[in-house]
Order: sequence, then C-alpha cells, then structure tokens
Amino acid sequence: MKKPEEILEYLNQKFGEDQLTLERGDIGEPWILVPASMIRDLSKFLRDDSELRFDMLMCLSGLHYLKEEELGVVYHLHSTKLDHYVTLKVRVPVEEPEVPSVESIWKTADWHEREAWDMVGVVFDKHPNLKRILLPDDWIGHPLRKDYVQQEFYQGIPTGE
Amino acid sequence: MGMLDKKYHDSNIIIVGLESALNWARKNSLWYEQFGLACCAIEMMATAASRYDFDRFGIIPRSSPRQADVMIVAGTVTMKMASRIERLYEQMSEPRYVISMGSCSNCGGPYWEHGYHVLKGVDKVIPVDVYVPGCPPRPEALLEGFLKLQEKITGETIIFKKNEADKKPETA
Repeated sequence: MKKPEEILEYLNQKFGEDQLTLERGDIGEPWILVPASMIRDLSKFLRDDSELRFDMLMCLSGLHYLKEEELGVVYHLHSTKLDHYVTLKVRVPVEEPEVPSVESIWKTADWHEREAWDMVGVVFDKHPNLKRILLPDDWIGHPLRKDYVQQEFYQGIPTGE
Repeated sequence: MGMLDKKYHDSNIIIVGLESALNWARKNSLWYEQFGLACCAIEMMATAASRYDFDRFGIIPRSSPRQADVMIVAGTVTMKMASRIERLYEQMSEPRYVISMGSCSNCGGPYWEHGYHVLKGVDKVIPVDVYVPGCPPRPEALLEGFLKLQEKITGETIIFKKNEADKKPETA
C-alpha cells in the first residue's frame, strides 16, 4: 500500500524526474499532473506494475477551465489488490483537446470517455467508438462547457421558454 | 327513474340524448396510454394501485397509443423524448386528451432555466387539456385532474367541431 507521494517517487524512477508533478488543492487528496502524451504509457505501467497494480479505473471525468482556456481529464484509480488510490489529471488547450484514450487499458474508460466527449468535448485519440453517449447525435455543442450557448431550436422544437 | 323503470322494465330500453350518452361513455372509460418518464410515473402507478384505484373510474392502462383515449405525460420531457411524444400523440385515435402531470411537463419544473436537455413544457409539442401541478403531484391530485377532464368531456358536443389547439386547458 502506497501513498500518492510514494507513488510519484516510484513513477519518477521509471519515467524521469521532471515529467510528473504532484499538486495539491485546499482540501482532498493530492493529484499527479500528467502530460497528455504520456497518459497511455503511464496508465499501462500503473496497471501492470507489481508494486502498483491499479486494476480499477473508478472514475474518469472531463473538466473545462474557462480562464485558462483548457480542458481537463481526471482519472481516479484504485488497486483492489493492494488497496491504494491515486488521482491523475491531464490538461490540454481548448483549441486542440486531444488526449490519448485509455480504453485499451481499462474498459471502464469506454463510456466514461464518451461522456467526457459529449459533455465537455475532450477528443480521445484512438477511442474505438467516440460518439455522443447521452445527447442525440445531431446536438450542437458541449453543454458542460462554461461558455456553452444553447441552440434555440432542436429539430424545430424550441429549447427555451 | 321510477317511472322509466315501470314503463320500460321488460324491454330493457333507456331513453337518453345521444350527446350525453356519448359523453357519459367517454368520460367513464378513460383508458390511458401507459408510459412514465420520471418520478411522476411512480405516483401514477400508486394512483393505479389498490389504495387509490383508478379502475373505479373506468381508468385503465393501455400499452398501445392506438387503444388509448388519454395520455398522461408523467414526468420530465427531454428534448430527445419530445419528438417521440409527438409521434405517440399522433398515433392516438380521436377523441384524444392529454393530462400534463407535474411541474416538469407543465413548464420544465426545476430544469426551467439551466436544463439544456429539458423541454420547457409539453404544451410546446402537443395540446394539453388538464395541467396537474405538483412535484410530483399526489395521487389525489392526479385523480382531481381526471375529474376535471371528465367535467370537460361532459360539456362536449358532436355538432360543434372543436379545434384541438383552441381547447381551453383546465388546472386541477
């Protein structure tokens, strides 16, 4: 069982010192900020390494940082074998919101990534079936973006008052 | 009834105006289209169950819109569902009635301002006869809605063809 700080130290030995950073909010657990290009290799290592064994992706969510003009993805991982937790975050610019898909590593990510695409518009590279999961296919925009403006009509039906 | 009973006792004849006979038959066999959209459907089911017992008013669920007289829109109408509701309504045979049950289907309910996915009132796609307020309405309120609908049907005529869109809605 490892703490996030120990996990970061362990990962640094494998991936080099300056790639990953541990960040901390006012409350809650710290998280590891991961460059988008690394996320798939890192995820595979986290799952398969005998000292980490993160076999479960508890949650994957999309975020929109309005001021920074960035989109984010948060991965909550848990090891059912070793009973430890870690949180990963990835941040990408709004203009090119491409994040490698981890669907091939944890199957849970399939629908979760589709939801993140549907709601905030994160594009998951190499996802096998990246289409909207909740909204209809012909919907315009991503509703959980903070600058979202709703279309006035959907299929001729008014969406407002 | 005393006189009629004596006079027509053996021949089984009832004398009544055609219009009131039709209205009487219609209002006492309001078969409703059976589908629920959200939590209001739970109250609708409770109304149909033994304690409140829809059946004593002749109100029974039908699984096909082609057999139904009245549609209870019980719950949140999402934009995805709106066009389907329209189609279900079009499949019902006339005379057909609509009861809008609960705040969501009346006006969007708690989603009226920020709910991008919710239709702000089912009356944007189909004409509504009775609005039942509540979130969700209790079974008594839904029953009251049906009694209002019965009142409305009692006043109908067969000569005066009413435009469905002009029908004045009632509030239970």
